[in-house]
Amino acid sequence: MKKTNEFIYFAFRNKKVLVGLTIIVVFLLVGLFGPLIIKNDPFAYLNPMGAQAPSSEYLFGTTFFGQDVFAQFVLGLRATFLVGVIGGGLATFIGILVGFTAGYRGGLVDEVLNILTNIVLVIPGMAVLLIIAAYLQVRSLWTECIFIGLTTWPWVARAVRAQTFSLRTRDFVDLARLSGMKSTKIIFTEIAPNMMSYLVMSFILEFGGAILTAATLDFIGLGPTNTLSLGLMMQYSVLWGALQLGFWWWFIPPGLAITAIVGAFYTMNVGLDEVFNPKLREL
Amino acid sequence: MLKLENVSKTYRVGTFGGKELHAVNNVTFDIKENEVVSLIGESGSGKSTIGKMILKLITPTAGKIMVADIDISTIKETNIKEYYRTVQGVFQDPFSCYNPIFKADRLFKNIHEEFYPDVQGQAWEEKVDEVMKCVGLNPEHVLNKFPHQLSGGQLQRFLIARALLLDIKLLVADEIISMLDASTRIDILNLLGELKKKGLSILFITHDLSLAYYISERAVILYRGCVAEFGSSGKIFGTPVHPYTKMLMASVPRLDKKWESVDIHLEEEGRNHYTGCAYYSRCLHPRKDAQCTTKQPPLVEVEPDHFAACYKL
Amino acid sequence: MTLKIENLTVYYNTLRGDVHALENTSFSIADGEIMGLAGESGCGKTTLGHSLILLKPPMKYIGGKVQLDDYELPIWDMKKMDDFRFSQVSIVPQYAMNAMNPIRKIGTMTEELLRSKKMDYSAIKPELIRRLDLVKLPHEVLDMYPIELSGGMKQRMVMVLSTLLNPSLLIADEITSALDVSSQKAVAEMLVEFRDHEWVKSMIVITHDVSILYQIADTILIMYAGQLAEKASTETIINKARHPYTHLLISSLPKVGVKYSDNPLAGIPGKPPLLLTPPTGCRFRDRCPYAFEKCTEVPPFLEVEKKHYVACWKEFGNHA
Repeated sequence: MKKTNEFIYFAFRNKKVLVGLTIIVVFLLVGLFGPLIIKNDPFAYLNPMGAQAPSSEYLFGTTFFGQDVFAQFVLGLRATFLVGVIGGGLATFIGILVGFTAGYRGGLVDEVLNILTNIVLVIPGMAVLLIIAAYLQVRSLWTECIFIGLTTWPWVARAVRAQTFSLRTRDFVDLARLSGMKSTKIIFTEIAPNMMSYLVMSFILEFGGAILTAATLDFIGLGPTNTLSLGLMMQYSVLWGALQLGFWWWFIPPGLAITAIVGAFYTMNVGLDEVFNPKLREL
Repeated sequence: MLKLENVSKTYRVGTFGGKELHAVNNVTFDIKENEVVSLIGESGSGKSTIGKMILKLITPTAGKIMVADIDISTIKETNIKEYYRTVQGVFQDPFSCYNPIFKADRLFKNIHEEFYPDVQGQAWEEKVDEVMKCVGLNPEHVLNKFPHQLSGGQLQRFLIARALLLDIKLLVADEIISMLDASTRIDILNLLGELKKKGLSILFITHDLSLAYYISERAVILYRGCVAEFGSSGKIFGTPVHPYTKMLMASVPRLDKKWESVDIHLEEEGRNHYTGCAYYSRCLHPRKDAQCTTKQPPLVEVEPDHFAACYKL
Repeated sequence: MTLKIENLTVYYNTLRGDVHALENTSFSIADGEIMGLAGESGCGKTTLGHSLILLKPPMKYIGGKVQLDDYELPIWDMKKMDDFRFSQVSIVPQYAMNAMNPIRKIGTMTEELLRSKKMDYSAIKPELIRRLDLVKLPHEVLDMYPIELSGGMKQRMVMVLSTLLNPSLLIADEITSALDVSSQKAVAEMLVEFRDHEWVKSMIVITHDVSILYQIADTILIMYAGQLAEKASTETIINKARHPYTHLLISSLPKVGVKYSDNPLAGIPGKPPLLLTPPTGCRFRDRCPYAFEKCTEVPPFLEVEKKHYVACWKEFGNHA
């Protein structure tokens, strides 16, 4: 399709998209293929010397207990991406579903869904997460994903609803109705394809947002109890006095990685905005 | 063929829906079989709303719309396809009628899937060829193309062809040529004329008086949702009686006559909420008086086949 | 002579190459002349209008000279044009209604506009008020926000603003197309009044609606596919056009009193050429019923009768 080609063409000429994408891909590759290279068990107490600065043996050094920071980092990276995909994905999915239904149906359905959206929106998400997280004794990464997914969808829903609203009044939608097409078919074959850029961007934002939320949760000690994530690494390092003792290699890599990944997503989002919106394109 | 009886459409506006906006107010007119009727009005006159109500895209607040003697509000969701088999619409902006990311012939595909799932291969292609020929398009030039690769005139013909794939009896043509260039406009109009000859009834919605006169037997002049004048187009254009129609006739730019200087009351802010004649505040009739503000003037017959809604005829 | 254009060529920069939107145009406008500029969409009429005031990318200046009164307009230089814009050349844009800043009161906006031109608002205000009266706008509009005005009122307000400094040339770009019939007439007639009051020396009225031009223009210039086709007095263009395109265009317009059932009109077969790769010679050649061999060369735009310019080989054959 011509249009798609055009987008790809501009996307690969846009510096922001390229920079963001490169950073994400690098981290993703580390997360995906890291475990194949690293033989060390991230939880094993390997180094009898305890905390040690990066060396040729331990790329990122070791923790207070002599665990391999790099091995932990790779594992944490995987968890972080998982939260992004599942948590962000779930939020995007719910948001899109609610947004389409509200925007296309209008009327009472819209009113009800809108109230629901606004309620979830004004619930102090962090507080609820804290309560739920504190209530559950054993928490897995999956529960964290679902928490995040269930609380962060309203932004997507609102954006999608507004877009659907404006597309719904377009003549081609009327024409589709005159062709006797069912509402669901109209939404998915006529309206949704026109919002692809929007949906992609919503997902990217949710992805970054989910990572950030997860990191915050982890850092304050409400993260998963049975695995490791970048946020948890930071929590442990702070817990064991890495800051005071100057074990910079313990908290800098996860902190930097989170900042870089989230930053890359936002940069990519701004770049994609320029790609999808010709008015912002620099020729 | 089509009959509107006291049709109204009211929207609730304002912060808490406290105000009512009469987009269409008590409109009555009809289209006979094999006839072109023009629905003429300026922006905000409710002409498109009427078109959409006939197409069941909007539900009227009050009144009855009859198509082939059936009240269309009784047609259920499950039978809507049968209705759309006989009644179709073509809209103003040919570019917004196409989903910009798909090829233009997707419209045909939609019709195929929804209405003719049994017609396959060769038979369907023949059907497409036939309607394309009917609207004067060369299939080779237009099939398999994206909307932006086609001209406005081609797109508009394409839309008409889409409607013709069905067994339509009534076509609602909403401003279908206002976005086209002069040199292609007339071809589309002539196409409508030919379709009429073949037995189609057409509601031609427009703001352009000369186009309306050119194509239609009868015309309805709409002002702020109310019918101002209705009847044979020759009579309406030849001897307009409603002050609004007279004003329109005096201000429409013509190629055969220069504007005379007549006083025109320019449009005013907001809508009138009182119950009288919608044109009251702009009306220049020398005898306009309190009666005009009492209630909406009824349509009265001024001569055979010529009705107007004014107390001061 | 207010405006004299010589060999003006402007292209559009696009991804797929240059669009030859305006090719080698030469014409002039006299003092006090209202020139209608008509043609189908994509014929270059808007390009021509805009290039005289705001030639910005993707528009690309290729060549040509524009003389306004005693000055040559540096239309290729956005910065130097600042000295001429608004004071010498002004424009009423197509979507004038949306051209106003929604969060500024109209008076404030006017003041800022004048200050940017180093003018004193209070000194000009009496004149501004006088002009508001003429276009039948209440003085209170200056204390109103754009949203409080109707489309027609905004259009009139922008007209007053853009002519406040008595420019030599006003470009009105499709200013009546979005209006209702009644406001259309009012706005069009105001253009004539502006000229009669000498607030504007001469005008280019760009529109696709020839019948509006017939009402208000002194002369009409018809363009086709980036080239000039014909320029003559309004009467001549409407009734005695010599370029086949003009002739076919005028005769395809329905007039009140013409009915399909009695007298079907004919359109012009074919469609305008793509200006990415424009055909050589006369660009109307493919659709022209009179085309002959000579038409493969670009016809010059020549005066065939007094003040009647045509670019058609058929016409030169009879006279040369």
